[in-house]
Amino acid sequence: MAKATFVVPALRQYPQVPAVTPGTMAHSAPFVAKPEFQAPLGFPGELADDWQAQAIAKMGELLGKYRSLRVYMDSCVKCGACTDKCHYFLGTKDPKNMPVGRQDLMRGVYRRYFTLAGRIAPKLVGATDFTKEVLDDWYSYFHQCSQCRRCSVFCPYGIDTAEISMAAREIMDSIGVGQKYCNEIIGKVYTIGNNLGLPGPALRDTLEGLEEDVYDETGVKVRYPIDQVGADILLVTPSADFFAEPHVDGLIGYGKVFHEAGVSWTLSSYASEAANFGMFIGSYENMRRISLRIREEAIRLKVKRIIFGECGHAWRVAYSFLNTLAGPWDFLDSRYPVPQHICEFTYDLIQQGKLTFDKTQNDDKILTYHDSCNVARGSRMGDQPGGQFDIPRAIIKAVCNQFYDMDEDTIRKRTFCCGGGGGLLTDDLMELRVKGAQPRVEALNNVMQEKGVTHMAAICAICKSQFTKVLPYYGMEMDQIVSLHQLVSNAIVLTPREDDEDDEDDDDSQALDDDDSESVDEAA
Amino acid sequence: MADTIDVNGKQIAVDEEGYLANLNDWEPGVAEVMSKQDNIELTDEHWDIIKFLREYYEEYQIAPAVRVLTKAVGKKMGKDKGNSKYLYSLFPYGPAKQACRFAGLPKPTGCV
Ligand code: SF4
Ligand code: SF4
Repeated sequence: MAKATFVVPALRQYPQVPAVTPGTMAHSAPFVAKPEFQAPLGFPGELADDWQAQAIAKMGELLGKYRSLRVYMDSCVKCGACTDKCHYFLGTKDPKNMPVGRQDLMRGVYRRYFTLAGRIAPKLVGATDFTKEVLDDWYSYFHQCSQCRRCSVFCPYGIDTAEISMAAREIMDSIGVGQKYCNEIIGKVYTIGNNLGLPGPALRDTLEGLEEDVYDETGVKVRYPIDQVGADILLVTPSADFFAEPHVDGLIGYGKVFHEAGVSWTLSSYASEAANFGMFIGSYENMRRISLRIREEAIRLKVKRIIFGECGHAWRVAYSFLNTLAGPWDFLDSRYPVPQHICEFTYDLIQQGKLTFDKTQNDDKILTYHDSCNVARGSRMGDQPGGQFDIPRAIIKAVCNQFYDMDEDTIRKRTFCCGGGGGLLTDDLMELRVKGAQPRVEALNNVMQEKGVTHMAAICAICKSQFTKVLPYYGMEMDQIVSLHQLVSNAIVLTPREDDEDDEDDDDSQALDDDDSESVDEAA
Repeated sequence: MADTIDVNGKQIAVDEEGYLANLNDWEPGVAEVMSKQDNIELTDEHWDIIKFLREYYEEYQIAPAVRVLTKAVGKKMGKDKGNSKYLYSLFPYGPAKQACRFAGLPKPTGCV
């Protein structure tokens, strides 16, 4: 692990609200997007002389478009209920990371230009001119909000700071101040098809490798197909599932579940990304462009169903907005939900008794489960209220013998963000990510001490990557975070098919890892 | 992070995160200088991985997935080394990111 250049917060047995310390995170700001990352998204490359007028005009446009934004700006009564609910405040002590403090950054500007009192007597109503200093504060602190919506659960008026952050980022993008991490990535989706920039041949190579590995381990030929026209199911999953650990172990699990279900399925190299960073930057237009790729592929591949892999915000976008963004989906099979979550699919099979598990395969682990914010507070699963909490837990309990939940104030609807959501999963924000993870890691540490928990499962690519990186700062191991379908993968009993025995070597792939491969030899 | 690094007297441009600005500028000296910045002494094992990354990139225009890399390392250096723990012991900032930087590859982006 890299050495920390900041103080890693302590983990305690009982959470404490820290003493407010202004300015602790004023220095934190992610890299700004260069003009070349702004243009493909339809944003100007840099600040123009009249940026202030542009920003105010954009704000007026958003206030007109989203009624909720104006309500949020007007309705806060400063009751204080939200102040200690944000993981970034708890981990950094910075009052501008209190949800109401964050909102006030926009509220001051709103009052100045969009309320009568603010226009006449700005000082009296806390109204502020939109100066460069205020813009810098916006850039810093609206990139210290993971849009997790935990605060909104506790606000008596339901004020959603996530939406305010999204609007702030949209305003900044519209005047040429974008965040490098999000905007470079969205550009890659447009040119290559996914956040990582994995081209088709690399995807195929990786998937062929997985088929080999699963066959070597189990003796059963599980397939990981891509771009197969006429498959029943299109699986859309975060590209991290191809690339990173423990994500890929989850992808292996999805394939095994499809194998046992006996359905035909395919991935797509064109729609090789479930994530939709358009939401993080509050840009409806970019969110739509990303979603439309899924529609185009569903049509081209002639599939009947769409299933999403383990990705938190992708599921929120899919569950809540896919129809508006890229519908209607009348060409899909109406007997199935559009879209469906892989957890719903696996859970249904478990209910029908179609999957067999050997739970002892997970006996080396004692599990807990991290509810990802966008699944917990931005969507549902199944047909029962609370399904987004119960279904993942039911799957874990079906495949593992030992499971304990973390403190109830930190799970389900009140779950703490991993600290890396909302477009903040970037190395230039590592201090923020480590500090913001503190409430979650503290709750994890407590079940480790009290119940002997060894591993935490999650169904979000961002959460998995974030914990892999931040757990070591707290003295834990990176592989304590696991994919939910990795647990399924470990326990599932595979049914061999007839063709599994005829072991004709599939030598058409993997030049890389044959012992006599040139590429490896040259590396010696 | 400086905007250029000095490689045997040659000024080579890097981006704000320390990755090469132009991938074609790579030469072994780049890895030497970057590893010194990170206080890492490059061993033969480091070089094997750097070379593998460069070859994979040449073919696929992207860094190999972690599993592809660990598998190749396992075949080459022995099964006990074919895992990310071993790669992290060589590249503490992560094989995907730190090793890619030394090898002159672009930084992997996304949810990784
Ligand atoms: S949405 Fe989440 S990160 Fe943003 S202010 Fe609220 S609690 Fe904090
Ligand atoms: S809980 Fe709601 S009303 Fe109360 S201070 Fe926070 S944002 Fe304002």
